[in-house]
Amino acid sequence: MISCEEAAIICNKEQYKEATFTEKFKLIIHLFFCKTCSKFSKKNSELTSLCDKAHLHALPERDKVKMKKEINEKI
Amino acid sequence: MTDHQLHPETWVDRYADYLFNYAVTRVSDAEIAKDLVQETFFAGLKSATNYKGTAAERTWLIAILKRKVIDYYRKINSNKGKAEVRMGYSSQMDADGDWLEEQVADPLSILENDDIENEELGLAIQECISKLPKKQSLVFTLKTIQGMDTEDICKELDINPSNLWVMIHRARTALMDCLNKNWF
Repeated sequence: MISCEEAAIICNKEQYKEATFTEKFKLIIHLFFCKTCSKFSKKNSELTSLCDKAHLHALPERDKVKMKKEINEKI
Repeated sequence: MTDHQLHPETWVDRYADYLFNYAVTRVSDAEIAKDLVQETFFAGLKSATNYKGTAAERTWLIAILKRKVIDYYRKINSNKGKAEVRMGYSSQMDADGDWLEEQVADPLSILENDDIENEELGLAIQECISKLPKKQSLVFTLKTIQGMDTEDICKELDINPSNLWVMIHRARTALMDCLNKNWF
C-alpha cells in the first residue's frame, strides 16, 4: 500500500500522462480505499480539463527576459 | 487600491502572461500579440505619470492593451477598400432564401457563450498562476501550458524530478483553491 503523498504525486503525473503502468495500478488501489485522495484526484482531473478548455497561452521565458531587459533600460 | 505607485520592474513577471492571453485571443497570432504586450508595457512606462492609482495596475495595463489592439486593427485596415465591411449573404452568392430569417442568431446555440466563457476562464487561471511563488508558476507554466518534457525542465532549472513533482503538486493544489474561490 502506498502513502497518500505518493498517491498525490502519481495522480499529478497521471495528469500529464506520465505515470507508469505499475504506478497507475497502485494509485487505483489506493483510491479505492482512500476517500480523501479520490476527492483530490477528481479535483485534479477537473483542473486539467479546465486548463485544456481555456486554451492557455504563455510567453516563452526567453521573450520575458528580453522584455524585462528592455523595460529596465527605459525606467 | 491603497497603492498608488506603479512597479514597472515587476510587470513582466506579474502581467505578461495575462496580457498575452488577452491579446492572443483577439489577434490570433502569437508574434503580433507579443509585440502588442511589449508596446503596452512601453506605453505604460511613458504615461506612468498619468497613473492616478484609481485602478489596479493590471486593469490599467489592460486598458492600454485594448487601445493597442484597436490600433492594430486600424492599421491593417487603413486602406479604404479594406475597411469596408463585406457581408455576403451566403457562400453561394446567388442562392435564393429568406435573407433575414436565416441571418438571425440561433437562440439555442451556446457555442458563442462557450468562447466567451473559455476566455474568461483563461484569464482567471492566469491570474491564479500569477499569485503562485515564482518558481512554482514557472514550473507549472512550462509543464502545463508549454507542454515541456519533465526531463527538459529539470535540466533547464537544475532540479531533480521529485523536486519538480513536489512543486507541481503545490502549484496545482494552490490553483485548485484559487479557482474554487474565483471561478466556481
